[in-house]
Amino acid sequence: MTWWHVLVGFLLPNLLGYGGGPAMIPLLQDQAVTNFHWLSNAEFANVLALGNVLPGPIATKMATFIGYQVDGWLGVLIALAATIVPSAVALILLMRLLNRHRQSDAVRGMTAMVQPVIAVLMVALTWEIGKASVMKIGWVQSLIIAALSLWLMQWRKVHPALVIVGAFAYGGIVLPLFH
Amino acid sequence: MKEGETVAKDGYLPLVMAMFRTGIFTYGGGSAIIPLMRHEVVNRYGWVTDEEYGEIVAVANALPGPIATKLAAYLGYRVKGWPGAVIGVVANILPTCVLMLVLFGALAAIRESRVAQGMIAAVNPVIAVMMGVMAYEFGEKAFKGLGRWFAIGFGALAFVLLVVLDVSPALVVVAYIAYGAFHLRLMRRLHRARQSDKGASA
Repeated sequence: MTWWHVLVGFLLPNLLGYGGGPAMIPLLQDQAVTNFHWLSNAEFANVLALGNVLPGPIATKMATFIGYQVDGWLGVLIALAATIVPSAVALILLMRLLNRHRQSDAVRGMTAMVQPVIAVLMVALTWEIGKASVMKIGWVQSLIIAALSLWLMQWRKVHPALVIVGAFAYGGIVLPLFH
Repeated sequence: MKEGETVAKDGYLPLVMAMFRTGIFTYGGGSAIIPLMRHEVVNRYGWVTDEEYGEIVAVANALPGPIATKLAAYLGYRVKGWPGAVIGVVANILPTCVLMLVLFGALAAIRESRVAQGMIAAVNPVIAVMMGVMAYEFGEKAFKGLGRWFAIGFGALAFVLLVVLDVSPALVVVAYIAYGAFHLRLMRRLHRARQSDKGASA
């Protein structure tokens, strides 16, 4: 019955965690630590911190690691499915519905109304990540890297992944010298 | 590649490559994937238009669960149907999931190293720029789609709700979409009322 616990433990946080991956962390902690005792609070914090070292969504990294600890590869599979499948299927079905009525006034109005929300959401995210950056490496370096990457991506049309690799190189070689 | 020029490819290989790239270069939290994914699916492969991508992000934001896997699943679905959805998600998360298991013992050491800390820190400004550019471009779209005053008004309202009052993005998106269903009809009625007013005064 372990697989059933894994299913429930990952399904609930991901169904109730509105606001993307990070929003489900406290809910997952509640299930994994308090409810099912898969790991201690300190262990959970450790997995979270180490997971953040790697790229990609945090929810799937947590699911992989904890799922494997609890029930091996079956645990990984079930934890990942519980994390991904419900919301992914919901998005596909909703977008299909939207696309079927694309010509209607209602859907055209919805599409238009969504643009300002996305713009503001992106402004808020820009602000948050910018703030994190200034706190970590200061104004001067943040601004120089930002200006350089804006120029590379917008004017030189360099692929963002390449710009990110460039930032990695700078951060790995130059930044350690400042500490 | 010049702007507007798209590589119209819809096979499994481009899908896997696009999702793989967005999966391993997403630093700075789940939402960092939004501008990267846009580069792949709008600019590079042209699977969806920019407007449609905005819609997808909005609807995805209104649903629970991680944003990256929702985007990967839907865009995979657009390219190759349900198998595409599965392959899109797998290509997106498999590398980091495997690394999480294989590297876990080493991650503690990696986390302490100044080189790794520096690498992760230096990516933040790049992600911030990508987000900022997207904000600007969707602001422009709002101006075109709704007209100047409606765009400013609804943008300001969204700002107050999301940033000042800290309302959940899911709620704001749902409210805007719900009102959006009536927006065009309301505008038409307003327009007609105004014209009949003019007719009456003349």
